[in-house]
Amino acid sequence: MSYFLRKIGFYAVALWAALTLNFAIPRMLPGNPVDILLAKLQQRGGQITPETRKAYALLLGGDDSQPLWRQYLDYLGNLFQGDLGVSVSYYPAPVSEVIGQSLPWTVVLVGLATVIAAVLGVALGAFVGWKPGTWLDSLIPATTLLAAVPYFWLALLLTYLLARVLGWFPLQGGYDVVLTPGWNPEFIASAIQYGFLPALTIVLASIGGWLLGMRNMMVSTLSEDYILTAEAKGLSPRKILRSYASRNAVLPSVAGFAISLGFVVSGSVITEQVFSYPGIGGRLLGAVSNNDYALMQGLFLFITLAVLGANLVVDLLYGLIDPRTRARS
Amino acid sequence: MTNLKPSSEPSVADSAELLAETSAEAGRKPRAGWRMLLPTMTPWLAVGLGLIAAITLFGLIGPLFVGDPRTIRDMGLTPPSADFWLGTTQTGQDVLAQLAYATRGSLQIGVIVGLLATALSAFFGIYGAYRGRVVDEAFSLFTNVFLVIPGLPLVIVISGFVPAESRGLWTIAIVLAVTSWAGSARVLRAQTLSVRNRDYVAASQVSGERPWRVIVVEILPNLLPVIASQFVFAVIAAILGEAGLSFIGLGASNSSTLGTMLFYAQNGFALSLGAWWWFVPPGLIIALFGMGLSLVNFSIDEIINPKLKNLRLHRKRARRAARLERELAQAAPQVPSQQTKETAR
Repeated sequence: MSYFLRKIGFYAVALWAALTLNFAIPRMLPGNPVDILLAKLQQRGGQITPETRKAYALLLGGDDSQPLWRQYLDYLGNLFQGDLGVSVSYYPAPVSEVIGQSLPWTVVLVGLATVIAAVLGVALGAFVGWKPGTWLDSLIPATTLLAAVPYFWLALLLTYLLARVLGWFPLQGGYDVVLTPGWNPEFIASAIQYGFLPALTIVLASIGGWLLGMRNMMVSTLSEDYILTAEAKGLSPRKILRSYASRNAVLPSVAGFAISLGFVVSGSVITEQVFSYPGIGGRLLGAVSNNDYALMQGLFLFITLAVLGANLVVDLLYGLIDPRTRARS
Repeated sequence: MTNLKPSSEPSVADSAELLAETSAEAGRKPRAGWRMLLPTMTPWLAVGLGLIAAITLFGLIGPLFVGDPRTIRDMGLTPPSADFWLGTTQTGQDVLAQLAYATRGSLQIGVIVGLLATALSAFFGIYGAYRGRVVDEAFSLFTNVFLVIPGLPLVIVISGFVPAESRGLWTIAIVLAVTSWAGSARVLRAQTLSVRNRDYVAASQVSGERPWRVIVVEILPNLLPVIASQFVFAVIAAILGEAGLSFIGLGASNSSTLGTMLFYAQNGFALSLGAWWWFVPPGLIIALFGMGLSLVNFSIDEIINPKLKNLRLHRKRARRAARLERELAQAAPQVPSQQTKETAR
């Protein structure tokens, strides 16, 4: 049981660190959101009075007159009530509502693409690692090219080839704007058609990592004694591959899921920007360019929470499927 | 990933030892200690080194041979021609000239961030693991927390709060380094833990060496391949990260990198105007450079990853078997090949 407690304790610390980081970033960095917004207002010919300044400070939730610890407590209190502030660029929608609207897009896109990439990569990796030293090994360096390609450039390339030259897919967007979002077949078909290219980008860019990790584990698992025993017993190679080698080799890939998720989320942020996809990443960049600080922080917090949550689930599952981790801690 | 308990994992030292043992078994002199830490030359390693060298040279001396990348001409978006090998941009600027300067910019930031991130990870990974107990626990908790917080969104938020005029090269470099060191710190910690309990480390501690000397003289040499591989990873990650940031317009101001080229290409509608010569080369340079670095890392990986030590041995054995087979075939051409294989083994 102590394994699970330790894990939950660790993620509690990580959560606190993320919350604190989110609180500290605007206060540590040179740029002051209030000043930036006021400068913008002044450029458009607005009158700046001390009252305007105070109003902006209150709107952004950064009332400088209070001591820092008081601000911190208020911030934590607001968070626990689910109050992330009001979005400036989608005024008067609260930040949580904007996040709620864009969340399903990203969850479906990134979730599906990650699962597809993981399953394909692990299967291919098991196959390649099964026969070390053959021509299949030369596939491995080729995948490094895929892994080193910037996500967004791959997205540009795919868009150019498949959408512009061949015209198979739409250039950008999340769905055909003529349709109204809802659970009808036309809308879902259009969402799949629009989501195909972003998903393909994420799968292509992330599959190499899975393949390599699985292949490396396969190579080392094959030298284990139980594989030799299985061969000596005369089991068929297929059975050894499936039930003996890959089942053990896949364990680190499960644990590696946590880290790769962070990368995939990061990569998909920019991919969404290329496709003008209506997900979390597109919103985050929109918030940055519109100086919508409340939305920016809310989104960052949300992405971090999602990644932490996914990691926690994977870690707890890992404790279940691999008893050794529980015994060691 | 937080699950892997590093203390039980074998280390570089182990795999070097194993390699020495096997060559001793074969009745040959083991290779000198430092050569054990060098990768064996494979075609892929040669390709990787070639790619890195070519692109680095292009970035270093390319700008000397091309014209001013900012010159505006009245020939927008012309495809590659004899005058402009990679065509021109929307405002008639020479893409090849831009590419040369941008490659230099990207390499510069890659190396700076790589060094910073490696230094950070070496401090938190090696020093923490060497001191042990509370320091180790604290450092490793700190590292793990940084590991699970997604890097790019954090970088985007930080860059969003820093005003554009104070967003210089070093700001971006530090932000990228701070968000990317955690992974390698974990790896270094795992390796240090397995090295620090060896007898020679204990011996130098007992003889009263200062901690820093023990770390630098006794522990660090064993970790060099690991640090090299982490540095290579850090450079790839930095170039990719900077390109991503610049692409969304959050990069260092006044800098010209491959990412900013892609940013201008995207904003100049290179995609919808079909100007492939504008947006393909920058990404290709990043991809090829990254591929070169990863190929080098593969070769390093076969040394530092004890799980792959078999691969190196397999290859050595296969090569020796092939050689023997050839010799036998020359000596007695009528011997069936199946039998020669048996003897070679």
